Amino acid sequence: MRSAFIEELTRLAREDRNIVLVVGDLGFGVVQKFADEFPMQFVNAGVAEQNMTGLAAGMALNGRTVLTYSIANFPVIRCLEQIRNDVCYHDANVKIVAVGGGMAYGSLGMTHHATEDLAIMRAMPNMVVLAPNDPVEARLATRAAIEHRGPVYLRLGKQGEKTVHASDPEFAIGKAIRMRDGGDATLLATGGLLLNAMNAAEILDAKGIHAAVISVPCVKPLDPSITQSLNLFTIEEHSIIGGLGGAVAELLAEAGAPRVFKRIALPDQFSSKTGDQEYLRREFGLDAAGIARTVERALSSR
Amino acid sequence: MSELLAVLYGGGVLRVDPARPDWPERDRFILSKGHGCAGLYAALAESGFFPLPELDTFYLNGTRLAGHATTTVPGVELSTGSLGHGLPVGTGMALAAKRCPPSFRVFVLLSDGECDEGSVWEAALFAPQHQLDNLVVIIDYNKIQSLGTVKEVMDLDPFADKWRSFRWAVREIDGHDAGAIADALHAVPFEPGRPSCLIAHTVKGKGVSFMEDKLLWHYRAPLGEDRASAMRELGVVEGDLLQEDEE
Repeated sequence: MRSAFIEELTRLAREDRNIVLVVGDLGFGVVQKFADEFPMQFVNAGVAEQNMTGLAAGMALNGRTVLTYSIANFPVIRCLEQIRNDVCYHDANVKIVAVGGGMAYGSLGMTHHATEDLAIMRAMPNMVVLAPNDPVEARLATRAAIEHRGPVYLRLGKQGEKTVHASDPEFAIGKAIRMRDGGDATLLATGGLLLNAMNAAEILDAKGIHAAVISVPCVKPLDPSITQSLNLFTIEEHSIIGGLGGAVAELLAEAGAPRVFKRIALPDQFSSKTGDQEYLRREFGLDAAGIARTVERALSSR
Repeated sequence: MSELLAVLYGGGVLRVDPARPDWPERDRFILSKGHGCAGLYAALAESGFFPLPELDTFYLNGTRLAGHATTTVPGVELSTGSLGHGLPVGTGMALAAKRCPPSFRVFVLLSDGECDEGSVWEAALFAPQHQLDNLVVIIDYNKIQSLGTVKEVMDLDPFADKWRSFRWAVREIDGHDAGAIADALHAVPFEPGRPSCLIAHTVKGKGVSFMEDKLLWHYRAPLGEDRASAMRELGVVEGDLLQEDEE
C-alpha cells in the first residue's frame, strides 16, 4: 500500500504544485524520489510530530494541500491536539497519512501497533477516515483524499499486501464496495482485512454458509447502506472499541438491530504477544480461519 | 502585552487591512497565548476589523468573542487557547510564504509559561533550519505562570541565550516602552536569514497598582470598586470610551 500511495501522490504532485508532503523523518526508501523530484513540495520536519502537524496546518491555511506522513501512532496520537485544534477546527486541508496501520509493524511491539487510530480519528469533527484494504484501494484513497477539501486521515498498511481488486472499483468517500453476494451473513472489512474476509467467505461456502463481503475503505462518513443485512460482522485490525465495529454499532442502535451482530476485532488490551502481522492476526482470530470460525459460531448460536 | 498589540496594530508594524481581512499578502499575527484575547479583540476593534461596541459582548452567552482567540472574529488568524500551538502553525505559514507567493511576514506572540511546551522548541529548531527570516516571535516575559513565578515553576533563564543557541536573532526590550517596541518591530528581521525573537520584559497587570505582579489577577476579573479604581489608575473615564464609540 505504501508504494501505491507514493506512486499516486507523485502523479498528483506533478499535476498540482500546491501539494506538499511533510514527513516526520521517516519513510526511508519511500519518500526520497519524491523529495528529489519536488524539493519545493517536500519538507522533512524532523522527529517532531507536533511541529510537523502544526506547520502542515499553517501551510494549508495558506492554500497548500499538505500531507503529513509517518508511521503508526506518531502522526496521529503523538500530535493529537494539533490535529484537533490546528487541523480539524480550522478545517485545514491536511491529510494525515499513517503507514503501518493495525499491527503491520507487529514484531516491533506495542508502541508501533496502531490499534486505536480509527476510533480516535473518527471522533474528530471535520475528519474523513479512510482505511483502504489493498493497494488498489490505497491508490484510489490517495486520490480521493487529495481531491477532498478538508482534513483526511489515511491509514495505510505497509508493504507487500496482496491485491484483492482485479480492476478499479468505484471509489468514493462515504461509499462501501460490494465484493460478493451471499444471503446468510455479511462481512464488512476495513484496513487491510478484506483478503482475509474474502478467504473466510470461501471457507464458509464450503460449510454451506454463504456470506456477502463488503469492503469498507471509508470508515467516516460511513456508508449507511452497509447495515441492511440480517447477520452482520465487522472485521478490523483495531481495538474492539470505537473502530468500524463501533461505528456500525452506532448506526445499528438507531436503525434497528439485525438478528446477529458481531465485532471481530482486537480485544481492549495491549498485545501481550510479539510476532509478525500474520502471526498476530492468527493469534487474535483475524486470519481467514479465525474469522470463519467466529462467524459460524455466532450464526449457529442463534 | 497591550502595549505590544497597540504597536503591532496601531503603530504601523503589521501590514493588514481591516477592509480586506483575507488579503493574501497581509502579515499574519498569531496570538499563541490565546487567553490574552481580550487585548487582541480590543486591538482589532480599534483597528476597524469589527465595531467597538461588540467588545461589550466579550465572554457573554451567544457572543463570537470567546474567552480564547477564535477565528470567528474578523482579523483573528488562528484559534488558540491550548499553549504551544501558535509557533508551529506560524512556522508553516512562514515556510509557505518563503516558498512561493504571496510573500508576507508572520508574527507570533507567546507567553513565557508557554515556553514550557515542547512543541515551541520543535518549531524553534525548525525555523532557523529553513532560514525563516519572515518569522518573528514576541515573548511576553512577565515572569509569572499559572501556579507561581516562572523561576519557581520552570526557570527559563538564560532565556535569550536559549533562543540564541537555537540560532534565532534575539533582542530584549522593556515591553511597556512603546518607542522601544516600535524600534524593534520595525527592525525585523534582526539578521537576514534568521528568524527574529523579541523578548519583551513586562510586568503582569502593569499600570494598576493592586494588580501588578500579582498571580491572582491571572484569574480574576475586576468588578465593582476594583474595576472603578483600576480605571481611575489607568486614567480612563468611562464616558469617554462611549463617546469614542459614537464618533
